[in-house]
Amino acid sequence: MPHCSPARAEGVTTLGRSSGASVVRVDDLELLAAIGAGDEAAFTELVRRYHPSLVKVARYYVGSDATANDVAQETWMAVVRGIDRFEGRSSFKTWLLRICVNRARSIGTREHRQVPIDPTEQGPSVPANRFDEGGAWTDPPTPFSDSIDEAVSNAELVAAVRGAISALGDPQQSVVTLRDVEGLSTQEVAELLGLSVANVRVILHRGRAKVRELVEHQMRGVDR
Amino acid sequence: MKLLPSPLVCREAVELVADYVEGALSPRATRRLEKHLAKCPHCSAYLSQISSTIAASGTVGPEDLEPEVLSGLVDLFRSYQADTGDSVRDPLDGGSASPS
Repeated sequence: MPHCSPARAEGVTTLGRSSGASVVRVDDLELLAAIGAGDEAAFTELVRRYHPSLVKVARYYVGSDATANDVAQETWMAVVRGIDRFEGRSSFKTWLLRICVNRARSIGTREHRQVPIDPTEQGPSVPANRFDEGGAWTDPPTPFSDSIDEAVSNAELVAAVRGAISALGDPQQSVVTLRDVEGLSTQEVAELLGLSVANVRVILHRGRAKVRELVEHQMRGVDR
Repeated sequence: MKLLPSPLVCREAVELVADYVEGALSPRATRRLEKHLAKCPHCSAYLSQISSTIAASGTVGPEDLEPEVLSGLVDLFRSYQADTGDSVRDPLDGGSASPS
């Protein structure tokens, strides 16, 4: 089966980093309940988990990083003030992202910002100069797992992927973050960003191809 | 007479990989790509790279927040807690915060 499932489970996030040091599973909903009781540490933990993604998604709608940060901050305050409004019909993550998107969208509208949707963007997934005239590889890829030391491969790959996603422009960064980092379905991403599923697929295609290219470049730099 | 599709070349195959991993290729296109992959170690390596990238993305985990961003948010949380105490919480201000 070709489908690749993002690794983060719905509503549960793995604490701890890819170094594999300590891995503790704490449900978002447990943290939310603790926040309702005024638990500052629980609030801090949820902010750590989701604030970067909120900023990335907000940036899709608003004109600057600073405004995107403001939107993410307002989102957290809306969560704290409206915690009783969460009814559990969607996951906490989806609820949180919807609050953020609603705020960012209304600010983006006020800014008269053009949402950076360009699903018609063309260009090959792999630079043309890596193929011969007949379309066969002349500079073929090697699996990442072959090109680096197994002992450090995962941490190294994850770090490279993190850097590559941050280097993407929008809309690719928002779509890849929501789909592959946060593990939302293509349908959920489409609904959140007001795009068709087909357009999300096109943007995801470009974004993943770009991430692969950047990671390969880094891996080759490390390895050769 | 039914014309058979010409075999894929690598340059075409890599453009199908994205929809393939999403399970969004037609059965016919899937068969065509898998036929190519079975014979082409380079395109199989490309698929492996894309799959590794997607899997790694799902384990990226939280980024380190800038300390001032986190402390600013914690300050706001403390202020809110101090203002409300144990009383009933304020409703959301403004309709835009409520997901539809």
